[in-house]
Parts: sequence; C-alpha cells; structure tokens
Amino acid sequence: MAIAPHTKRDPHADTLTIPSSPAAQDEAVSPVSPAGPAGPAVTTAPKAAGRSTRRSHNGLKLAAAVVVLLIFCAASLAFGARATSIDVVIEALTNFDPSNGDHAVVRARIPRTITGLCVGIALGLAGAAMQGVARNPLADPGILGVNSGAALAVVFAIYFLGVTNLTGYIWFAFLGAAVAAIIVYAIASLGREGATPVKLALAGAALSAGLASLMNAVLVSSKKTLDEFRFWQVGSISGRDWDLILPVIPFLAAGVVITMFTGRILNGLSLGDDVARGLGQKVGLTRAITAVGIVILCGGATAMAGPIAFVGLVIPHMVRTICGPDYRWILPFSAVAAPLLVIGADVVGRVILPPSEIPAGIMTALVGAPVFIWLVRRRKLVSL
Amino acid sequence: MTATLCEHRPSGVDAIRSARKRNSRRTRIVIPSLAVAVVGLFMVSVLLGSFTVTIPDFFRLLGGAEIPGATFIVMEHKLPRAVIAVLIGVAFGVSGTIFQTMLRNPLASPDIIGISYGASASAVFAIVVFGAAGATVSIAALVGALVVAAAIYALSRRGGVAGYRLILVGIGFAAIMTAVVNYLMTRTDVTTAQEALVWVTGSLNSSNWSRVSILGASLVLLLPIATALSRNLRGLEMGDDAAAGLGVPVERSRLGLILVGVALAAVATAAAGPVAFIAFLSGPIARRALGGKASLTAAAMVGALIVLAADFVAANMIPNVSLPVGVITGAMGAPFLLWLLVSTNRNGTAG
Repeated sequence: MAIAPHTKRDPHADTLTIPSSPAAQDEAVSPVSPAGPAGPAVTTAPKAAGRSTRRSHNGLKLAAAVVVLLIFCAASLAFGARATSIDVVIEALTNFDPSNGDHAVVRARIPRTITGLCVGIALGLAGAAMQGVARNPLADPGILGVNSGAALAVVFAIYFLGVTNLTGYIWFAFLGAAVAAIIVYAIASLGREGATPVKLALAGAALSAGLASLMNAVLVSSKKTLDEFRFWQVGSISGRDWDLILPVIPFLAAGVVITMFTGRILNGLSLGDDVARGLGQKVGLTRAITAVGIVILCGGATAMAGPIAFVGLVIPHMVRTICGPDYRWILPFSAVAAPLLVIGADVVGRVILPPSEIPAGIMTALVGAPVFIWLVRRRKLVSL
Repeated sequence: MTATLCEHRPSGVDAIRSARKRNSRRTRIVIPSLAVAVVGLFMVSVLLGSFTVTIPDFFRLLGGAEIPGATFIVMEHKLPRAVIAVLIGVAFGVSGTIFQTMLRNPLASPDIIGISYGASASAVFAIVVFGAAGATVSIAALVGALVVAAAIYALSRRGGVAGYRLILVGIGFAAIMTAVVNYLMTRTDVTTAQEALVWVTGSLNSSNWSRVSILGASLVLLLPIATALSRNLRGLEMGDDAAAGLGVPVERSRLGLILVGVALAAVATAAAGPVAFIAFLSGPIARRALGGKASLTAAAMVGALIVLAADFVAANMIPNVSLPVGVITGAMGAPFLLWLLVSTNRNGTAG
C-alpha cells in the first residue's frame, strides 16, 4: 500500500530499488521510468506509473485475499466440536465415504460454510455500495432499517402465523427488509434535494427504533414468540439446510451482478451529485438501480442468517485502507473480505467456548467492532 | 448616498430588533405553556386511568389522610410512577440536547452513541447471570453506563475529542453491547429473558419512593451544573474554532458537558431502563417549538411530557396489561421523527 505513494513522491527512485513486499518485486516489471530525472516526461511518468502499480498491486492483493478466503473455507470445514485434518477434508470432498464418521462431519459443515460465504459476499457488497450511494460512512444494513424490518416481519410470522422454522422465515425476512428499505428511501427522498446522506441515516434510525418498539410490544407479551425469536435474532450461519440456502441463492446472484458493476457509478456519486451530473450520470436512476441491488443483497443475507451486525459497516472501511478509494476495487475487495470475516468469526465462535458455540452474528460484532474502533482512532476516516 | 444609507439603517435595526422580540416573545409563550402541559398531564396520570381519584381526595391524600384503597394505589403506586416519569423525562431530555447540540449532530443522543447500550448490557448480565432484581439491576446499569461512557471517551480522545470520532466509537460500542445482550438472552430460560427484555425496553412498572429520592437527589446535583455549562454549549454549537474564538475553553467545557450528559443519562437509565427515543426527540422538538433555538429548559419539559403521555398510554391502552413505556415512546416517536424530517424537507431547510 505504501509503495504507490512512495514512487509518486520520489521520482528519483528508479525501478523501485527498495521493494518492501514480494508483490512489489513483480511490480518492477511495470515501468517506473528508468529514464530517471530527465525531460518533461518525468512530471507525468511517475504519476502514471503510480497508478498502474496501484492497479496491478490491487490485483495481486485481491488474488491473495481469495487464497486466504479458500483457506478459511477449508478451516471452516475442518474445525469444530470434532476437528478433522485437512487431508480428511479433501478426501471427504473428492472421495466421499458414507461409512466414515469424519467424512459425514465434514459434509455436514458444507452448508454452513456456503451460508457464510453467501451472507458475507452479500453483506460486504451491500455495505460498500450503500456507503457509496448514501455518501455516508455510517451506512449499514442495520442503520438503514433493513435488519429491523426483517426482524419485525419474522416476529409477525411467529406470533400471528405460527411459523417456527428457519425456512418459513425466509420470505418474511426478505419482504420485511425490502419494505423497510423502500420506506426509508422514500421518506428520505421527499423534499427538494432528494435522498441526502443525513436524511437517509435519520430516516433509517427512526424507522428502526419504531419497528423495534412494535416488535418489543409483541415480545414482552408473548413468551412463546420470544422463545422462537431470540434464537433467530442473534444471527447465525449454523443449522442452515440446503432447502434454506438454495431458494435465496438466485436472488443473491442477481444482487451481486447488479451491484458489482456499479463501481463507476459510485465513483461518480462520491464526488457529489452535482459533479456526477456534470460527468453525464443520471443520478436519480443510477442511485435507484444500486439501491435495488442493495435491497436484494441485504434482504437475502438476512433471510439466510438473521441480522448479522457490523459486517456491512466495517468491511468497506477496512478495505479502503488496503485498496484506496476507487469503488471499482472496493466492491470486489469487500466481496472477498466480508466472507472472510463471517467465516472466520464463525470458526472462532465454534472453538472459543466448547462445547457451546457462539453464533457468527455475535462474533462478527465482537471481532468487527474493536477493529472498527481501532480504524476510527488510527486515521482520519477516508471521507466519502 | 450617505443620507439614504443613514435613512435605511434604522429600519434594518428595527427589523432585527423586532425579530429578536418575536423570538423572545415566542420563548415567553412556549416555556410556560409547556410547564402547564406537564402539570396537566402529571395530574391526569395520577388521577385517571385504571383507578380514578377526585382532586379533593388527592389533596387530602397528600395531606396524609387515609382513604381505604386509594391511599396505597395513589401514594405507593401512581404518584411515584408519575414523579419518576417526569424526572427521567427531564434527565433524558437535557442529556440528549447536550450531546446533540455539542456534537452538532441529531444522531448523537445517548441512545444512539452507546451509553444506554452499556447500561443495558450490564443490567442484562446482572439479571441473567446473577439473577439480580430491583436495586442491584439499577446499580449494574449505572456502572455499565459510566464504564462504557468512559471507554468511549478514552478511545475517541486523540489530541482532543472530535465529535465525529466520538459518534463512530459509540456506534462500535453499541454493536458490541447489543450482541452481548442478544447472546445473553439466548443463554437463559425464557422467563428471565422476558424480564431482561422488559428492562431493556424501559419500564416504569417498578417505580417506588426510594428510586424517586435517589433520582431526585442526583438531578438536584446535576441540573444546576448543566445550566451553568449551557452558556458554553451555545458557543460549541457554532463549531470548535468559532467557540475558541469567542473565548470558550473548548476541551474543558466539552469534558464537563460530556460528564454531565453521561451522568444524567446514566441515573435516568438506572431508574427506568433505557427508554427509547426521549433523549433523541426532546431536543429537536423543543428547538422546533422555539423556532430554531436550543434550550435545555424546553427540552427538559418536552422530555417530561413525552414520558408522561407515553406511560399513560402504555398503562391504559390494553386493559389489565401494563406495557413497558419504552414500547410506546418508540412507537410514537418514530412517526413523529419521520414527520419532522418530511416537514423540514418541504421547507428545503434540512441537511
């Protein structure tokens, strides 16, 4: 990360003589003007070089992150109440033997790992896109009312309709999340200047609190509902079966496709609505398209795992310190880093307090929040 | 040329003078009417509801007369409850306004920036793990609020406390504390979980005179300090640099205001739980009533009004069920805030 600015600042540092990471050595191939300090080319060359180094650096970092994610997935299959070795994991995946107990355990951990992967990708992308579209570093599914919408719908389903299984919650959570997001966005869009960041955050906070009150009114008067709901509320990726995962995956895929390609739009929006408009963007339309993607992703993630706090908020901030402020990088990085956090949190939650497990939703908050606070302290947050 | 200018100047001065006069007239009207409304609602909540008392009977009770049935219900149940409602309304209203004005952010009320969550987590821990009840829970809540507030302050300090960093650190703490509360609720039997939920929602059901005296004594101590510091608050409202330029000791007064604000929120939370939205709403409503001026007095009265009204509704809406007051403040507060947001948008003055 430090390398790109370094080359920019010092035009005499020909061919990057002090690479500080192995990645930087590959970088020496890309031209940092061996021409040295001569002629007018010098003023532009280091700049262009800096940009291209950053780009290929980011590519390498992203690849490294994907590798780490794969390792985490393997760990998620191997660790738990009954730990298995990596060989057994590979064997169980390639050459499954139904009579082998270890193989069965590994197989049983597959849905949970897939859930973590899906939920992480969805929350990471949605968080990054949300922060860009709302131009608000605090934007997060939790703050914009999505989680509380889903939660209220689930309480409604339990109390009035007697739904008591995770698969039954899916569509209620989805619907609740979508309706809440649309209401927040609609309220914030009223008035002259449309959905400004402050209005979005305020509308989201207001709606969240209001919905939470309705929810509590039901929960304090119905023990049965509370007993079901309290386990959904913590947000967990364990105990999810394929019949819960498969129906949601098409939605998440659509959301990923929509959101992943909004990088250019978000870059424009991050300069402010007027500049974006000046650059030829249809601000209202692009914002609405991104919002649709966000709602699908948040709704899907919450339907799968319940409200998982903090991933959408913290990941984009962490990612920005690695890859810079360009949303075309922030989005893919978030999509890799967020499942890292979710799966990592889940694995840690499995082994930290045996024999009981701490759900992923709790662990993401316990792990994510200190990192977030550290980030807030460490540097001036990259302003949006 | 000069002559025309001179002729125009008095009219400009007049305009300002009359605007100021209009403002202070507004203050003179609004604050007494708020006070009347508080007294009126107080009487309503004591006299009416599930048990009705006549006004002469009420004064006889206050004088110490024994009226079978009424004495217990009014003196041991309704009166302390109404008094607590007023006191926590005042405490939350002032505390919220201090934070919102000082940090110049309507989101920065104690319920958003983590202090209430500290109280909740600590209280729920006491309820679930130690089976605590009553005063022990209050003490746990108080300690939790103060510890978390101190941690937030310490962590957001870095060559001075920037308002933005304080809010962000508070949100981080809120996330941790919420996770702890939710987790603890899954690790206990459902009855205890419900008890914890009622506490977290905020309820006046367990009001009694000893709570009144503790809370009252704390407010007698804290409110004068808040009033004394509110002068500096007006400076801080204009931004740190402007405040420093006006001769306000920025860091020192900010620390003082934070201490008072946290203490107010903490004692109120210890008495009744983190009742949603009062701290968040009182300031903006009072400011609107006064035509854009921040006032701790008005915010305190608006806070008291909200709690009294909400508790009356909570206690009487469904026969034989006394809902926690926090359910109503949240359910009433949210639409109101949204309306506030929408109606300011119409004028095109919202940020």
